[in-house]
Amino acid sequence: MPPLMRQILSRVGISLLVLWGASMLIFVIARVIPGDPARVALGPNATAEQVEALSQALHLDRPILIQYGFWLRDLVQGDLGRSLYTNRPVTQDIAEFLPATLELVFVAALLMVALGMPLGILAARYRGRWPDHLIRVLSLLTVSAPAFVWAVVLMLLFAYFLPIFPIAGRLSEEFAIPRVTGFLTIDSLLAGDLAAFADALHHIILPAVALSLSGIGQAARLTRANMIETYDKPYIEMAQAYGFPESRISRTYAFRPSLIPSLTIIGLDIAALLGNAFLVEAVFGWPGLSRYGVQVILRKDLNAIVGTVLVIAAMFLIVNIIVDILTVLLNPKIRHAEKRG
Amino acid sequence: MLILVANPLTLVGVVLVATVVLAALLADLIAPFPDHRGAVVDFVNFNKPPSVAYIMGTDVVGRDLFSRILYAYRISLLMAVVVLAIAVPIGVALGLVAGYLGGRWEYGLMRLTDIFLAIPPLVLALSILGVMKPTLLNGMIAVTAMWWPWYTRLVYNITRGEKAEGYVLAAEVTGASRFHIMFREILPNCIPALVTKMTLDAGFVILIASSLSFLGLGVQAPTPDLGSMVAEGARYLPDQWWLSVFPGLAILVAVFGFNLVGDGMRDILGGDR
Repeated sequence: MPPLMRQILSRVGISLLVLWGASMLIFVIARVIPGDPARVALGPNATAEQVEALSQALHLDRPILIQYGFWLRDLVQGDLGRSLYTNRPVTQDIAEFLPATLELVFVAALLMVALGMPLGILAARYRGRWPDHLIRVLSLLTVSAPAFVWAVVLMLLFAYFLPIFPIAGRLSEEFAIPRVTGFLTIDSLLAGDLAAFADALHHIILPAVALSLSGIGQAARLTRANMIETYDKPYIEMAQAYGFPESRISRTYAFRPSLIPSLTIIGLDIAALLGNAFLVEAVFGWPGLSRYGVQVILRKDLNAIVGTVLVIAAMFLIVNIIVDILTVLLNPKIRHAEKRG
Repeated sequence: MLILVANPLTLVGVVLVATVVLAALLADLIAPFPDHRGAVVDFVNFNKPPSVAYIMGTDVVGRDLFSRILYAYRISLLMAVVVLAIAVPIGVALGLVAGYLGGRWEYGLMRLTDIFLAIPPLVLALSILGVMKPTLLNGMIAVTAMWWPWYTRLVYNITRGEKAEGYVLAAEVTGASRFHIMFREILPNCIPALVTKMTLDAGFVILIASSLSFLGLGVQAPTPDLGSMVAEGARYLPDQWWLSVFPGLAILVAVFGFNLVGDGMRDILGGDR
């Protein structure tokens, strides 16, 4: 097996172990609930027999290790149990709500990389001068408020005072697109409906910007810090002495080596968007997994809580694995060390 | 003091943090309507836009928003202090043990840290709060549970570097105990990075706590909390914009202040990103 492949596979293996650990952690958290979960779920009007029956159906009368065993067996078969809130299989609920969240997170991640990194490069190139100071202060401002504050501010400015963007939702009512992937931008293209595509894009911009704003600042700060460290290296000085144009030095000699340390952290920040989507979806009435998550948490719906958190943890790990693989692919040191070793 | 002159932004940060801390401590003296932090109703003056009497306007039951924000700062700062006071010692001790003792300790503790870090912070806190009653104390527990692994990781990385240094070897040769080496020899070298991180984190704890309270899992009404005030106010957009904008700005001012100070400290002391 090529060494690169082996490294990637071992990374995936470790991630699966971590996910298994996380599943146990979430399971334990969900079962230490004070009071009888079956009673909480059924409400105060249920009879003792009903509570007893539900308790048995959920194996709540057995020791916690056995409960976990049952749950793991179901999980392997792709069954996360039934939500007591929607009264449907949790997997079905998640399949319905997850695409909306992923679409939002994906656009936000794109904005984060496409705007944050260039701003960081710009700041590093003009370090100590006004573009640098401006970008530093602005990026520090954006990371200093939670996503819901930006959501409120952006909504007020660009949906109410200047009605450029729609206030809430994913799509205007006049459009109906057959659901294929659940990503409205993709589904509308699959249906060949360009007007609906434009409308979906129009709806996603404001929530995605609100979600990504802190990430843009974070990516800019990080890229700048790592690039400035690279700028101190002698080979940059040499390139400058040779009289290479600043733009080429910035792009080729300073940016590339500093990309690798930035990438790991930016991966973590992208993954964190999954959590922050909770805050933005609430403001914009975005029908995603986060809204579902808050509802089931408020209703102490055990299966749904465990299932939702597990799926988010899995997404989180997938993003991190992708970033790790990218790091390996981009880093000549790792590539060549592998060949030699 | 030299530091403050060298970097005016740090000075701005110090002023912001000092203002927020003083506002919280002296809320009883500054607040024009101290009793408005509770369940007071004044239907004559409800939904008033910002004016001279109510500089940030009044809410849907006529309470002065400015007074409520001052009291809300108390909750935010208390949260930051308590969470860091518990999470930092736990995280640091585990990081020292994992980094210095190595072997089984390192493997077990760092995998445990990985597991906690595998769940997005906000989601972990949410799921903990999900099964408990949303009170201030439980909020603190939930945020603490998601915070310690970062300190374990930071101290672990420093400790692994310091372990090979001459002074540690010297202490080992003289027969110093492991406890002494970890807490008396290595720990002091972690302090600069820790101080920087704690300053930045004071802001981020406030930010996360406000997020939990925004989702309805924080301090319950009528106690004022910045996050729940924004959530409540967002329902009255755009007409009563001040209800959500001012508490939102209050969060921004506090967190921005801590970030500026933390940034300045990093320039002087060094530390992680």
